[in-house]
Amino acid sequence: MSSVPSPRVVGERRWVNASFGFLAWIVGLVFFFPVFWMVLNSFKSEQDANTSPKLFFHPTLDRYKDVTKSVGGLLSFSEAFTNSMVVVLVSVAIVMLLAVPAAYALAVRPIHKWRDVLFFFISTKFLPVVASILPIWILARNFGLLNTRLALIILYVAINLPLAIWMLRSFFVEIPRELIEAAEIDGAGLRGQLTSVILPIAAPGLAATALLCVIFAWNEYFYAVQLNPVQGATVPIWVTTEISTRGQFLAKLSAASVLACIPVVLAGWIAQKRMIRGLALGAIK
Amino acid sequence: MSTVRYEQATRVYEGTDIAAVDELNLDIGDGELIVLVGPSGSGKSTALRMLAGLEPLDHGAVYIGDQDVSNVRPRDRDIAMVFQNYALYPQLSVAENIGFPLKQQGVPKEERKTRVRETARILDLQPYLDRKPKALSGGQRQRVAMGRAIVRQPSVYLMDEPLSNLDAKLRVQTRTELVELQHRLGVTMVYVTHDQVEAMTMGHRVAVLKDGLLQQVDAPATLYHEPGNLFVAGFIGSPAMNLVPLGSGRPLQIGGAELVFDGTARTAVGGANGDITVGFRPEAVRVGDGPLRGRIRNVEDLGSEVFVHVAVENNGNSLSVVSKMTPPFAGRIDEHVGLEIAGTAHFFAGDGSRIASTDAALR
Repeated sequence: MSSVPSPRVVGERRWVNASFGFLAWIVGLVFFFPVFWMVLNSFKSEQDANTSPKLFFHPTLDRYKDVTKSVGGLLSFSEAFTNSMVVVLVSVAIVMLLAVPAAYALAVRPIHKWRDVLFFFISTKFLPVVASILPIWILARNFGLLNTRLALIILYVAINLPLAIWMLRSFFVEIPRELIEAAEIDGAGLRGQLTSVILPIAAPGLAATALLCVIFAWNEYFYAVQLNPVQGATVPIWVTTEISTRGQFLAKLSAASVLACIPVVLAGWIAQKRMIRGLALGAIK
Repeated sequence: MSTVRYEQATRVYEGTDIAAVDELNLDIGDGELIVLVGPSGSGKSTALRMLAGLEPLDHGAVYIGDQDVSNVRPRDRDIAMVFQNYALYPQLSVAENIGFPLKQQGVPKEERKTRVRETARILDLQPYLDRKPKALSGGQRQRVAMGRAIVRQPSVYLMDEPLSNLDAKLRVQTRTELVELQHRLGVTMVYVTHDQVEAMTMGHRVAVLKDGLLQQVDAPATLYHEPGNLFVAGFIGSPAMNLVPLGSGRPLQIGGAELVFDGTARTAVGGANGDITVGFRPEAVRVGDGPLRGRIRNVEDLGSEVFVHVAVENNGNSLSVVSKMTPPFAGRIDEHVGLEIAGTAHFFAGDGSRIASTDAALR
């Protein structure tokens, strides 16, 4: 028997919904405000940025010019940007190449003791990052990898791989088993199953996983600053070089931070288009 | 086209001791439509998956034609399978879905196109060739899944409850189409279902399974009229056969009325020790003023036939007997009536096996 809610109950529900909506907006604004303030500051003069906050000011692009202008001997934006791009793209590509077969072996055709393997992957995350830096630094020095992009590429692959395997596995597990079996009966080998069935259906999951790896690698600061403080330094390190002990730097720092954010935001925007789920609808009734 | 043979085929799932399919022996003829039927957990789907190569054998062998395929990969077995949920590739169009097996086999594009078009024509799918599966109705999806199987012209077709996601009317219609198609193509088909009506109406022969064990393989009419054991007797037929435990006392009595029958059956039943169960189909029970007294519990008037459920007392237990009457039927719920048996009675021994079947009456 279906019960028809009384008008009073409906009214109450609407009121509750509205207040939750309002609360969500407040929380959203609180989170967004620092970003908004940073963007605003980046268009100000140093004086404006350092005086009492005001919304109306004469906007200028000078701070962007300041931070992107290369000064001899100092880390330039273009250099840091190139380093970051190479390190992030190469490391994420390697991560995805390794994670797809690993996730297949853990989800589609679970290997013997797959639970232990899965646990092992995540257990590599248990060690505090700071506890690992000394051995890593010594290894990097001994192999002559200090101040090279390769050091960061290796590290970022190692950091992101367990996460990517876990995420991809959860997406692969969701693929209806019958689809893979149907492909198998229809004559598809392992490669055919991957390219015709698994990867197209898991495309949103692949996009989400790659995006997360990009974000983590792009934002990573701790290892980068320890291993590559001079050569091969990445964007986060470059941002901090705008902090100076003399004079005012708030507007310049804001401009640098905005530049550091743009690639990640772009990556998110591109991935979002692919992440739309529902591709799998219609496969299984 | 090909024959199929299960030889002592056994499958035990990891972590269990009981075989999902236990030493199955089954011969399927060339061009035969055989239906594997049973309740859930009977092993019918596992048996089919063993034939498909999706489930390994722990013991025994499976042959397609003369070849032992027990260790052959699914794609090398020359089979096609239709899944319960169709398993269409969501990102591919109908044409690409149907053409998928051909593409995997490396069939040239032009030939692929021709064969896909021809298959679509057989299944009335031409208008939908460019659509994605999600833009199709359940019946159309089912036909696309069929198309993907037909297009390859395999030796054996495997069907895993392909109609169970369709609504009742479409199911009956598709059932007929499927039987026609199988007849026209003359192919060997192994069809799994839990629906005994589907099994009886489609199968040239029907294999009844229970708990991984094959109970009986026979033509539908044989299963109905000469069930091998209690399980088959109760499973085949709708409404189910009336099964009445009679205990070990002689003469055999139901609710005080004596069951009389003669001939060789009497000797066979007389020779059986222990508990006897008697079974009779609803059409063998007449509601009127027979010797077995009872109370009408429910009357189901289907128009062409009336099922009357009558509660009778037997050895202190209440049991429900179903009778199939031809309309009009005047009886009402709670009315007291008398039942008589006018037809075949089946006698089962304590271990469930059938001892005899003969005409019987109540006195």
